Amino acid sequence: MRIQARYPIAIAFLALFGYFYNQNGIVATSVMYTAIQFSLPLALAAMVGVMCERTGIVNIGIEGTMLLSAFTAFFVGAILKDTVLGLFVGVLTGSMLGLLLALMAISWKMDQIIAGVIINILAAGLTSFLYRQNYSIPGTLSPIKIPIISDIPILGPIFSFHGPITYFGIFFIFALWFALYKTPWGLRSRAVGEYPSSADTAGVSVVKLRYINVTIAGAVGGLAGSYLALEAVGIFERGFTAGKGFTALAIMIFGRWNPLGAFAAALFFGLSQAVTNQLMIDEVVAIPQQFINMLPYALTILILAISAGKVRPPAAEGIPYEKEKA
Amino acid sequence: MKKLTGLTVPLFSVLIALFFGGIMIAIQGINPFLAYEVLFTKAFGSVDGIASTLAKATPLILSGLAVAICLRAGLFNIGAQGQLISGALASAWAGYYFVGLPSLVHIPLALLFGATFGALVALIAGALKAYRGVHEVITTIMLNSMVIAMADYLASTPFKEPDQPLTRTPAIQESARIPDLLGLPFGFFIAVAFSIALWWLLKNTTTGFRIETIGKNRHAGWYAGISVKRVIILSMLVGGGVAGTAGAIETLSITGRFEPAFNAGLGFDGITVALLGRANPIGVIPAAILIGGMRAAGSTVQFRTGVSPEIVDLLLALILFFVTAPILARLLKSRHDGVSVTSGWSN
Repeated sequence: MRIQARYPIAIAFLALFGYFYNQNGIVATSVMYTAIQFSLPLALAAMVGVMCERTGIVNIGIEGTMLLSAFTAFFVGAILKDTVLGLFVGVLTGSMLGLLLALMAISWKMDQIIAGVIINILAAGLTSFLYRQNYSIPGTLSPIKIPIISDIPILGPIFSFHGPITYFGIFFIFALWFALYKTPWGLRSRAVGEYPSSADTAGVSVVKLRYINVTIAGAVGGLAGSYLALEAVGIFERGFTAGKGFTALAIMIFGRWNPLGAFAAALFFGLSQAVTNQLMIDEVVAIPQQFINMLPYALTILILAISAGKVRPPAAEGIPYEKEKA
Repeated sequence: MKKLTGLTVPLFSVLIALFFGGIMIAIQGINPFLAYEVLFTKAFGSVDGIASTLAKATPLILSGLAVAICLRAGLFNIGAQGQLISGALASAWAGYYFVGLPSLVHIPLALLFGATFGALVALIAGALKAYRGVHEVITTIMLNSMVIAMADYLASTPFKEPDQPLTRTPAIQESARIPDLLGLPFGFFIAVAFSIALWWLLKNTTTGFRIETIGKNRHAGWYAGISVKRVIILSMLVGGGVAGTAGAIETLSITGRFEPAFNAGLGFDGITVALLGRANPIGVIPAAILIGGMRAAGSTVQFRTGVSPEIVDLLLALILFFVTAPILARLLKSRHDGVSVTSGWSN
């Protein structure tokens, strides 16, 4: 989002919210609460994309990473009757898939799009083969009541009573923004994504940094998957990530590879879904369910059609690094 | 030597995938050798088995071609699934809506409907790639989901068969039904004809040369005066048309109507078929027959040994992994000539 557009959008949003809050306060705040829930997995998945692409690796396997992590998180949680252990395993699964992508893209110098598609198909194959019915986790991760905020009238019902992954996720997004722009690690990462040979000359190990970042990003993808299985819905179905990993890539591009920009774009996505849901519940509009299901996909294409070409991805993205020979 | 490696990498990747798949089967307490024996005797061990294998292979040859032709142009068409469903629905509509046509008119007309609507879906992704620089992988995946939702809506409301509860279109007219030939589905011969035609197109025509040049080096092609935009759109149109034809043949010879669950996975398997066939229009035929056989025998394997039929999904994923991972080519001491489709998000 461009700086000029930021303030008018914020003011328009607040005015609209104020209008609806005046009409029905409880509904307006619950729509906002749901919007945060819908946007969180998208935002976290977009962070995976930001972390990878900023260091020059295209990660199209976010969908598969989320799917397999949700699977392991759910079934470990269900079999061992321990949701927290499930979360741990989910994050671990994500980082393993990140490591696999790093191996394929960095060491084997495979085409990164194909490497990502392989992760998606492997995850879909493994989860549909190993899936079993009639398992349930002992309970979703319980919501947290935030002491002071929960007592504030409008903000309380919107920002309090979310689950632990939500709060950690929001913290992580801001931390990633800080780390990317204000720390040596961030400077090095961005340099590696833009001009790896210069970074190499300056003494940064391109391969090592890419490995580390892609693996950590995988863990974040695992967190996003675990969120879906353990915090948001508490179930697992075949293919239940439903394209969120791809939508996240559109969100990343719309947010211009900036964690906060991507977070804003994810909130916009979540809000549009929450509003449509509410309109359906209120029977304000009688749109067939299939068209509602199409909404996030159509929005993804629309956003890409508008923003691609205007935005500039990291320069070294998708290109395996070859050290120059003297 | 090059001919040899062209075969060894796919063969070895299938064997290694079977090895790892066998471990997964063994973990479930089932003898993997028995499972594989059932799988392959069912798929290739009898005349009936081979006929049903070839019937399953027919849409896979075409969806494999849809992916392969785009790979040749440097495009990764993940959207064969959506294009195929679009074609299946369009041909089902043409199959039941037109009454009183002779078969010789009705069948080609319904096939044309399928090809056209498959191509239209692909055109959206092609145009967005050519004119807006939107990466085709994302648009085709999003279009898959949109087409699935749209087809579900159409089959449940405007095109629904009246007076029954299911989400499906009416059955196609007898005049639109593709007959069998020599006990084999006639569609199989159409699919093989498409393979040969596309192979010839790539090898012997200027259009084919343009596609290959753009696929190998977009910038070099641009300098040579080839319109990159036109090649991108053309390849997507051809790919979508072929995928749409796959759906149409499936509707007109196997399913006889459109029902949302019928075509699940046929387009996605096309990705594995194309890469196993090394993006070669002739190579996709054996790849499709192998995968079609596994698909055809999946439920028998479950019935006889208790392995869930999703073992085939897992085997295909493993095959895809090993056929594209250059580590295998390196182990076989040959240069890896992989396909390359990465070009960032907006160029």
